[in-house]
Amino acid sequence: MTSSDRIKLYPAKPEKVYFFATCLVDIIYPEAGLSGIELLEHAGIEVIYPADQTCCGQPPYSSGYINESRAVATKQLALFPEPWPIVVPAGSCAGMIHRHYPELFAGTPLAEQAEQIARRTWELTDFLVNVCHLQLQDRGQPRRVALHTSCTARREMGAADAGPALLRQLQQVELVEQARPTECCGFGGTFAVRHAEVSGAMVEDKLQALEDSGAEHFVTTDCGCLMNIDGHAEHKGSPVRGQHILSFLKERCL
Amino acid sequence: MSQEARARILHHLRQRTDRALSVPTSNFRVMTPDTPTREQMLERFERCLTSVHGEVIHTPAAQWTDALRDLLQARQLKRLLLPARHAVGVEARAALADTEVEPMTYDRPIEDWQSELFEKVEVSLTSTEGGIAETGSLILWPDADQPRLMSLVPPIHIAVLDADRLYPTFQEAMQREHWATRMPTNVLLISGPSKTADIEQTLAYGVHGPRELIVLVRHP
Amino acid sequence: MSSQEAVRHFHPRARDALNNPRIRQNFRRAMDGLMQKRATALQDHDTEALRDLGAAIRQRALSQLPDLLEQLEANCTRNGIQVHWAQDGDQACQIITDICQQQGARSVIKGKSMVSEEMELNHHLAEVGITALESDLGEYIVQLAEETPSHIIMPAIHKNTEEISELLHDKTGTQRSQDVDYLTASARAQMRQAFQRADVGLSGANFAIAETGTLCLVENEGNGRMSTTVPPCHIAVTGIEKVVQHLADVPPLLSLLTRSATGQHITTYLNMITGPRKAEEQDGPQAVHLVLVDNGRSDIYQDDQLLDTLRCIRCGACMNHCPVYTRVGGHTYGTTYPGPIGKILMPHLLGLEDTRDLPSASSLCGACGEVCPVRIPIPELLVRLRREAVDGDSSRPSVVRGHGVKRHWTEVGVWRAWAWLNSHPRCYRAALRLVMALRFLSPRRLGGWTRYRKAPRPAARSLHQHLLQRNRSSS
Repeated sequence: MTSSDRIKLYPAKPEKVYFFATCLVDIIYPEAGLSGIELLEHAGIEVIYPADQTCCGQPPYSSGYINESRAVATKQLALFPEPWPIVVPAGSCAGMIHRHYPELFAGTPLAEQAEQIARRTWELTDFLVNVCHLQLQDRGQPRRVALHTSCTARREMGAADAGPALLRQLQQVELVEQARPTECCGFGGTFAVRHAEVSGAMVEDKLQALEDSGAEHFVTTDCGCLMNIDGHAEHKGSPVRGQHILSFLKERCL
Repeated sequence: MSQEARARILHHLRQRTDRALSVPTSNFRVMTPDTPTREQMLERFERCLTSVHGEVIHTPAAQWTDALRDLLQARQLKRLLLPARHAVGVEARAALADTEVEPMTYDRPIEDWQSELFEKVEVSLTSTEGGIAETGSLILWPDADQPRLMSLVPPIHIAVLDADRLYPTFQEAMQREHWATRMPTNVLLISGPSKTADIEQTLAYGVHGPRELIVLVRHP
Repeated sequence: MSSQEAVRHFHPRARDALNNPRIRQNFRRAMDGLMQKRATALQDHDTEALRDLGAAIRQRALSQLPDLLEQLEANCTRNGIQVHWAQDGDQACQIITDICQQQGARSVIKGKSMVSEEMELNHHLAEVGITALESDLGEYIVQLAEETPSHIIMPAIHKNTEEISELLHDKTGTQRSQDVDYLTASARAQMRQAFQRADVGLSGANFAIAETGTLCLVENEGNGRMSTTVPPCHIAVTGIEKVVQHLADVPPLLSLLTRSATGQHITTYLNMITGPRKAEEQDGPQAVHLVLVDNGRSDIYQDDQLLDTLRCIRCGACMNHCPVYTRVGGHTYGTTYPGPIGKILMPHLLGLEDTRDLPSASSLCGACGEVCPVRIPIPELLVRLRREAVDGDSSRPSVVRGHGVKRHWTEVGVWRAWAWLNSHPRCYRAALRLVMALRFLSPRRLGGWTRYRKAPRPAARSLHQHLLQRNRSSS
């Protein structure tokens, strides 16, 4: 891949989108998914939620179980027959589809379809900012907030600017800088279990950086990071707790 | 053993499992920035070299030996190693004849005077094949008259650079001067005095080579 | 303990490092500094275009590797450099030992060479009574401490000044001092004697240019120049992948290397060696040898994806930016090359059997791939090696030794069940309803996860259920 392959071409604002919620949203953070849907609707877009969706297949993929991953991914490919954009409220699942589906299906009869679906998959904050041009009215109380952008939103989806762009629209919200904002929180899926000590050290440092930033609250663009950092905050009894950025935006603006 | 290994390695590489590899093109455009002016090159050269602890002294070409003499006197440097045949050495020797400086020449193989070179020489003087503005580098092509160790062993290295021999980039220097067809046994780029950061990222100069690099830039 | 065994046991070493505040602090501070320096050095550059070029140059060299190696050999030979080939580290050590013995050498002075670390050359030389002294200050410190490098560019980065002062005091009798200039000067004095006494100088090579038969050495200290100029014999040892096609390929690679490694526009010295001392010359070695080492590289070469590993120019940027490396340090990996590049390279050199815990020791955050000057897709290669490690059919030929070594029936069973459930949406939704209904039973302890975090709790209702209700109420 070269730099010229990375230029992003945003589509015009569509009438409809597919919403691919991801399994963590479905099971642990459904309100983040609902918030995302409501924000899209607020932007005047009809949201189609394919009921048969399950998981993007990333957990076995990154563990090396490629056949199991492909089996699940194959089912997801069939969910998006119309040419509408597919929006995902998590960088890691968006990255799985956008970056890894083409490789996963290369040389199979589904290669073309996978390529095509990869091309129209978007990380939701990026989509809200650069396709929907979402305008937000802040109705909440003054708040100092730090943002942790997931590594996948940042590096696989190139969506690192979207979170700050949304938060800066909120007049009562002060977005504070943390030390080493681009550093991973240590989640990494099965990494957090296989290398629990290293992952633990990473999340300790990440929460410390968020606490030291002076933020009262933090938001993230990914449920994996949220489960990790906020799970640690709860474990530690930290006053700084987290929320999905979509839930935060919806609470304050809709 | 080596011949057998050679055959096996090359065979293994040639019979690769996956398909034959295609040769990608490489776009060198990023290596050729806009052509800078002489002044811009000089400014950049000096900024880069001084940022890495090198020293730059500007002098009119006609008076460069005065600058050298002042420099040696100011630092009370006496044992100076200089080229025997190159004009830089010839001119310097003449200009320093009435001073206390003891000129020394590298006119025998290293084996014959190694300890003297390592222990006696206080400062060396060499010419250069030009400089590179982008990185503040000197180009040296050591030869029989100015051997490799002249710019390495003495604690202070003084190099003479003509201002009109600055190249914007390394790439341009090697291409304009057709290096690929005439590489000598040794080519050096020198960008500052010897240094290390191996102890807790703290910079220290003169670890193995010179602790000072002084460039006399001669202006025509 | 043999080096092979030492490679295993990543976990206990990681725990030790994580619990060692001094290690944590030394690495954190150093890596923060290096990341900052790299960012500054690349500020005024079209970094992405330069990385494209770097990747293309390396790929171009690899795509013609056997031809370029032959061209390199022919041109080196014409220049008077004697070329040797070694299939593995032992062969390379033997070649070097033979050259040393032919010279009647008792002592070797070494410039920095990671390939010589890879093949444990010092150990081999000691066995035949030849002493090898490291002359790079960091390598020298590590050698005095009887350790191995913890970083490929800054070998002693795991030690702070106080520790180094103490070490130099114990081993060489210098005064205890926090003054880095003093410590450096005392090492210089000792080393200057050694350069003059050494019978053979040994170095690596950053690039070997096929077109001209030239070896390039990139360094700041000058020890590399000393090692390759003062002793009567110079042996350069390098991996077969280090060849580049043209002289003109060097400037972009050099620019990427120094900026990525230490944030320098250029290092103090670029030393380009195109032959031994000529009859009329006064210094330089009488003989120059080049030892080309395969040691697993031609295996990597077989596979289109894994081939990218060989683009590496050993800048160390991937480790400087790695959140795992920053926390556990280089020694935890137990391998010559630590950090992300080590995780994708060492399994080929040692086999997955011994390196089984390396490919998984990454959160796949992508920081390494983002900074790699030659665009090696390190995260993708980690995933590939994870796949090799759990590969089902270990009798199937694979270019990765020890593939399938981590395959375990319980894990296979879990992923199969997971895949089945997620491929059957009705069952998935039924299972979800069950999980929601029984959420009060969800486990409080989940292995390593809950040592640092509360266990995640399923929501009262899944998004599926929410949306089902929403659709009902709207229709």
